[in-house]
Amino acid sequence: MVASTSDGLRRVVIEPVTRVEGHGKVTLLLDEQDRVKQARLHIVEFRGFERFIQGRPFWEVPVLVQRLCGICPVSHHLAAAKAVDRLVGGEKLTPTAEKIRRLMHYGQFFQSHALHFFHLCSPDLLFGFDADPAIRNVIGVAMKHRDLAVQGVMMRKYGQEVIRLTAGKKIHGTGAIPGGVNKNLSIAERDFLLKDLEQNVRWAVSAVKLAKDYTLQNLEKLAPFGSFDSNHLSLVRQDGALDLYHGGLRAIDASGQKIFDHVDYQKYTDYIAEHVRPWSYMKFPFIRSLTPETGWYRVGPLARLNCAEFIDTPLAEAERKEFAALTKGKPNNVSMAYHWARMIELLHAIEKIQALLGDKDLQGTDLVVKGQRRSETVGVIEAPRGTLIHHYRINDNDQIVMANLIVSTTHNNEPMNRAVQRVAEQYIDGKKITEALLNHVEVAIRAYDPCLSCATHALGQMPLVVELLDASGQLVDRRARGVS
Amino acid sequence: MTSPERILVLGFGNPGRLDDGLGPACVAALEALALPDVSLSSDYQLNVEDAERAAAHDVVIFVDAAVDGPEPFSWRPLESPAPEASGEAAPLSFSTHHVSPAAVVGLARDMFGGRPTAYVLGIRGYAFNEFGERLSPGAAANLGAAVDFMVDRLHRRDFQRDAAPVVSAADGRESLSACPGAAGAQPAPGDCLGASPAGAALRAAALSGSQR
Repeated sequence: MVASTSDGLRRVVIEPVTRVEGHGKVTLLLDEQDRVKQARLHIVEFRGFERFIQGRPFWEVPVLVQRLCGICPVSHHLAAAKAVDRLVGGEKLTPTAEKIRRLMHYGQFFQSHALHFFHLCSPDLLFGFDADPAIRNVIGVAMKHRDLAVQGVMMRKYGQEVIRLTAGKKIHGTGAIPGGVNKNLSIAERDFLLKDLEQNVRWAVSAVKLAKDYTLQNLEKLAPFGSFDSNHLSLVRQDGALDLYHGGLRAIDASGQKIFDHVDYQKYTDYIAEHVRPWSYMKFPFIRSLTPETGWYRVGPLARLNCAEFIDTPLAEAERKEFAALTKGKPNNVSMAYHWARMIELLHAIEKIQALLGDKDLQGTDLVVKGQRRSETVGVIEAPRGTLIHHYRINDNDQIVMANLIVSTTHNNEPMNRAVQRVAEQYIDGKKITEALLNHVEVAIRAYDPCLSCATHALGQMPLVVELLDASGQLVDRRARGVS
Repeated sequence: MTSPERILVLGFGNPGRLDDGLGPACVAALEALALPDVSLSSDYQLNVEDAERAAAHDVVIFVDAAVDGPEPFSWRPLESPAPEASGEAAPLSFSTHHVSPAAVVGLARDMFGGRPTAYVLGIRGYAFNEFGERLSPGAAANLGAAVDFMVDRLHRRDFQRDAAPVVSAADGRESLSACPGAAGAQPAPGDCLGASPAGAALRAAALSGSQR
């Protein structure tokens, strides 16, 4: 818990109390004057998926990968499906198949961003970082802003219904198969989704306004909060538009200069490498043409809005222009702007759903294509949290022999470390360490919406425990969060 | 208390992470029994929208795996958190994964006006650190005991009666007496029929048949 380091630094540890896999731990190294010299965020990624999946036939992969995560299974389902499409030579989907998959994907975006907004973002936005933890939570929101709380739940339900009707069921969906999909959207299913569509568009518009107004009204405090210049990475469409389902890889630096552009993600290993550090199970991806120290980058809503030149839905594009105007068209490097960017994507997702529900291709019957078999493949998609990479190799018996996944939270590993250090420097230096100060560190992490993708949730586990030790190693304070 | 009309059993956990799937396995076993007037649902984790469903029932039973605690299972009533204590029930985390049973009950009250009586069934598990769609032998045995317990309570519609008294085993560990799979008792080969959710359902169905 406390290290007497060779250079006289003292360590303050914020960590979970039980199993390390799948949980988070923050270590703050202080000097004798209580100034933060180094911060390390340990988000321990569970290993074993590659072992689990080896030997399984490749057509099982789009369903199997959903075992990874109960929060974002659709993202893994679709990234894996895009990969195995190529194994059967079916990467050029029929119009019906692509649009069903896109509808599923936008449903996933809508419910995921709505959940983050209501569950993680709104307590901080509505009550402030320093508010009493007794009210700064979802129940506090439900009590004092009941309509907003119900709205968040209903938006999430709507997204889940889109998923259910396209993937076949809400969890462990089987909708995406190698080379296409196994069902279309019936007229009755389409009409079911149309019933509540306009209401969800209105709620998305008001969610953007809430996030935008909060950001602009508190800009002086938020701009430096956990912020730093960085590179950014995402998929973009060939014409530079935001595209959450497919595109080429684009990386830009903090000033907006392109580092690489419209890269075929089958060649991602030529552009992205993974660095290992001794104190973390999770790897640190970086741009190969740079160094591990200079080549790290952000992914997710902020990065996507920075990388894209425009959004092809009108309401979200109008909001994106306001967002871009704040930094005069240059990339936005403010960590707390993730929330605003996330809500713009929420609006974009419901607009895409709206457009697709009017498309008769969804009722088409041509669902699957096949072509020439391949033995190695990569599938990349923009998941709600950021760029998601699935890489597989198969043998002559169609069994998986290699799997490499780079999930969004891994891409954001270094940025989250930087955000924690920036916040700790700003709020803990020379001051008493209070609940509010520690919460600032969590606020910085929450902006990135990290997914502890392989966490188990059994009773007796605590996702996060905060412990504070003084210079002599004595316990100053201890707080258990998320006790079941 | 009059017999509750609307009962919801919510099992949660990841069936791809060995004993973490005990909650969904319990629900699967109960589904196989086709118990009348009982709503069953399972998911990887509790979600905020579960509050709406909870509000529509008189009794809600949350079923999850437990990494420690009594064997074969623990059973406790869950108090709806008072508004001033909501921070303990629903603390903000840095990820979206964790919604507690207490938070679901609190949200059911504050968002949807429901006041279900809630309980938590924690089935003791042992193996969590791998990917795999199976239960450990000990967890499978504990699942069988838990399903027996649930079937009894659901038939009686009586959830306030305590579980069997806790006793201390020779090695000092506490266990629930008269429950198959209790600590120190090696499960017989047949007890491990619940090595998968389907197996658990078969065992539960067989046990139910023997009780009638």
